[in-house]
Amino acid sequence: MDKNNVGADLPKEICAKYQNNRHALIEILHDVQEELGYIPEALVPEIADQLNVTRAHINGVISFYEDFKTAPIANTHLKICRGEACQSMGADALIEQANQLTAQSQGKISSEPVYCLGNCALAPAMMAGEKLIGLLDEKSLSKIIKKAGQ
Amino acid sequence: MSIVLYLPNDSAAISVGADDVAKEILAQAKNTGLDIKLLRNGSRGMFWLEPLLEVVTKAGRIGFGPVSPEEVGGIVDALAKENFENADHAKFLGLVEEIPYLKNQQRITFKRVGIIEPLNLEDYQKHGGLEGLKKALTLGSEKIVEEVLTSGLRGRGGAGFPAGIKWKTVAAQTAKQKYICCNADEGDSGTFADRMLMEGDPFCLLEGMIIAAIATGANKGLIYVRSEYPASIKTLKNAINILEKSNWLGPDIDGSGHGFEIEVRRGAGSYVCGEESAMLESLEGKRGQVKVKPPIPAISGLFGKPTLVNNVLTLASVPMILADGAKAYRALGRDKSHGTQAFQLAGNIKHGGLVELAFGVSLRELIEDFGEGTKSEKPFKCAQLGGPLGAYVNEEMLDLSMDYEALAKGGAMLGHGGIVVFDEQTDMAKMARFAFEFCAIESCGKCTPCRIGSVRGYETMDKLIAGENVDQNLELIEDLCAILEESSLCAMGGLTPLPVRSAIKLFPKDFGLEG
Repeated sequence: MDKNNVGADLPKEICAKYQNNRHALIEILHDVQEELGYIPEALVPEIADQLNVTRAHINGVISFYEDFKTAPIANTHLKICRGEACQSMGADALIEQANQLTAQSQGKISSEPVYCLGNCALAPAMMAGEKLIGLLDEKSLSKIIKKAGQ
Repeated sequence: MSIVLYLPNDSAAISVGADDVAKEILAQAKNTGLDIKLLRNGSRGMFWLEPLLEVVTKAGRIGFGPVSPEEVGGIVDALAKENFENADHAKFLGLVEEIPYLKNQQRITFKRVGIIEPLNLEDYQKHGGLEGLKKALTLGSEKIVEEVLTSGLRGRGGAGFPAGIKWKTVAAQTAKQKYICCNADEGDSGTFADRMLMEGDPFCLLEGMIIAAIATGANKGLIYVRSEYPASIKTLKNAINILEKSNWLGPDIDGSGHGFEIEVRRGAGSYVCGEESAMLESLEGKRGQVKVKPPIPAISGLFGKPTLVNNVLTLASVPMILADGAKAYRALGRDKSHGTQAFQLAGNIKHGGLVELAFGVSLRELIEDFGEGTKSEKPFKCAQLGGPLGAYVNEEMLDLSMDYEALAKGGAMLGHGGIVVFDEQTDMAKMARFAFEFCAIESCGKCTPCRIGSVRGYETMDKLIAGENVDQNLELIEDLCAILEESSLCAMGGLTPLPVRSAIKLFPKDFGLEG
């Protein structure tokens, strides 16, 4: 498949699901990302056409929100919480550890800090893909990373 | 007769293995041939006991927790002997509602959470659900607003603005199109009450929104849920479907002539979208940038139409206020803080969880009696109240009364009710730096003090931490704090000085100053 042509029909389908309503742009971008794992730049003009807004508007929205990725992410993406509650239970050391381990994973795993997953009574918390994990520690983190790296 | 078990379907409980426990229970039921009925409830909010397995007995629900999949076999054995009351098991907790943590609370908004099956409408009604709405339908707009005013209910999102006044303002607008926007962008670290309610008793929030619609004449509701809460989004969507099918939502609610529909919208990982004008922008499909007020949303909000913006817990408090009477609610609390608050104990604390109590409880009671101190068992250093933009308080301030006025007087704020505990190992200079860094990361960028001040703030903190011209740099920090506080467009920049200044004031040694 042409790399620049990933999901070319997708914007039309997804925008139609929302009656081409420009106010649903954030939902539309979420849906595109759920399908493809990220929002390819090549799809932006088509979304803009469907919603009758400028490309700049869409790029502005994509760049504003942390959730939206413009490049593919690894198969296993870790979101490690760096909110104060998780910091109070040692999140910084876990983030450091994750950075080291993911650097060795040859792109199989990626990680980013996030600011509160709402699991603050079971800190430190992390999301591995869609799965929320509480009471994270060095041991469980390296186990998850090891498993994902295989 | 079947043995009825409850195990939470709450994300936090699942994050420590509730689904694995559920799988094991079903496998054991199959192996032993026992007639086990496993129901999934919300969480009781005692997170150190999760996964908390409950067994229905004649005497009430008894609990085991925290349960690991390996322990399920032993518990199932005890169940087979039907000797629940004296279960000889290390994880046996006795009657769940007799556990002091739960027994000593005043659960009003959370009275059903952890008790019912969240999406069972019949169960909801058996536990008082829809009573408030039925009452509202007999009262009509004006009297509902009066009830909310009388109750003294204030916005639970953080600002504490009297809810009744907002409702009255929206009701007074003559526009045909009005909106109810529920702010479920619970971004403060240390808070999870909205999530617990949306997952554990979604109908309660929807009922509150429907009552708000009848009161204000709104015909469309939107719930802005942060994307970090996928389970809440799913549960709410299902709950909306169920209410639509039973005609509690739709063009003619219960034959009353009122029409109201609710839609769930996802956030996209932006903290500042919890600010109401930024949230409305985001709901319109734009960058979540803060807008200058006035006009206030109650007059010109979503798409320029009158819009009631309330937090999840504000709206979820309303059904009970109408069902039990505004005066009963008003009687609870202290000073101008009426009713109950969902306090959330988080961070380095032994018994983290949700404690719903009338305003006026002391911070010491919450942290020491309910929370039982730090989890690390190292001495307590401080707690941050009200999220990342809230003040730090030290040991000496623990007798502060937890209500809006007393906290404001003590230089702190209640916010959304989050309490994050830190032990003595915490470096407060690092936490102050983090406050600036967080502001820099999450700033919407519209106003200069917040966008640039936050960056200058952590850069200056870096110098200070490195021991460079400590006195001069502290002066600079104070200068920045003054500018941020006075000239930021919203609370993001405006309140960032709160954690920074309180950390410096209470823990000068951490900043290289003589104490």
